[in-house]
Amino acid sequence: MAAGPMKMRATLAGGHTDVRVLMTHPMETGQRKDADGKLVPLHFIQNLTVKVNGRTVIDGQISQAVSRNPVFSFRLRGGAKGDRIEVSWLDNQGETNKTETAVA
Amino acid sequence: MRLLAILAASLLACSVAAQDAKKEIQRYQQMIGEGSPVELFELEGEALWKKPQGPKQASLEKCDLGLGPGVLKGAYARLPRYFKDADQVMDLETRLVHCMQTVQGRSAEDALQRVFGNEDRPSELEYLSAYVAGQSRGVPMSPGTSQPKEKQALELGRMLFFHRAGPWDFSCASCHGEENKRIRMQDLPVLANPRDARPVVATWPAYRVSNSQFKTMQWRLNDCYRQMRMPEPIFASETTVALNLFLTATGKGEPYRGPGTKR
Repeated sequence: MAAGPMKMRATLAGGHTDVRVLMTHPMETGQRKDADGKLVPLHFIQNLTVKVNGRTVIDGQISQAVSRNPVFSFRLRGGAKGDRIEVSWLDNQGETNKTETAVA
Repeated sequence: MRLLAILAASLLACSVAAQDAKKEIQRYQQMIGEGSPVELFELEGEALWKKPQGPKQASLEKCDLGLGPGVLKGAYARLPRYFKDADQVMDLETRLVHCMQTVQGRSAEDALQRVFGNEDRPSELEYLSAYVAGQSRGVPMSPGTSQPKEKQALELGRMLFFHRAGPWDFSCASCHGEENKRIRMQDLPVLANPRDARPVVATWPAYRVSNSQFKTMQWRLNDCYRQMRMPEPIFASETTVALNLFLTATGKGEPYRGPGTKR
């Protein structure tokens, strides 16, 4: 369920690359109750990794404070057309997903 | 005289504050529009559109949304419209349900069993609406208004919009009939006025960030009736399609720029 589609755009702008990535994830805080009054278990993206041409450039941790279906956007210094950008995530339940795109 | 000056100054301050609030709201709407999860719904919808389902194990790729079987580009912008094969006016969801029955061989119960989803599990119709509507970006909205049944539906929709009923004696126009009204931070558009209807029809269906759900126009109308404390309208019924046609025809001409992102 968590591993729905991801969508990424990476565009060259002057001396840097703008990357925007959308990901499908419930991002449960562990505090919400379902219709039966039971707590919905904590379920959130824990690690986010960004690789450029196979080299890790961001290895970040995020928390359950981030919203459902999050969007991340960031700038990478430099970059060239055709660079392969890979974004992957790992959540606290061990699920994982990744997407790859070329800088346009 | 002095009192008058103070009064005038405070009135001025009020209107400046109102304008600031409006600007802030616009800024907020712009922020939520950037990087909206709508695209994720479009992707899921595309997969569902192409997935063989039902007794006939057929995908919806043969579904005729009005421009010929499988033609998606600009199809949503021409809805609601009259369909000869069904001899009735249909909006997007109505037509999708029709295709599930005719193309995929599914029963009406099956196609309609879960029309509105929730944040944990969106409905098939919500995903499909996102995908199909997204294929009309940039195309001016131009629903069917010339065929006799379309004219009939348009008149019925107009009548329903102003028809007061229910325990509160409300009509759509009770909230959407006066200029410069707001509910919380949302402007209440005067939907019988093209100026206000145009941006509305150009951005529905839409993703709502406050509850992380993708919502269709049929849901919007259904929920308006709930808010008016009226009996629940039947999904994809003559009345909801007629109201949708009235709104879309009022806002016609606006290039579609949805699926939108709402508060």
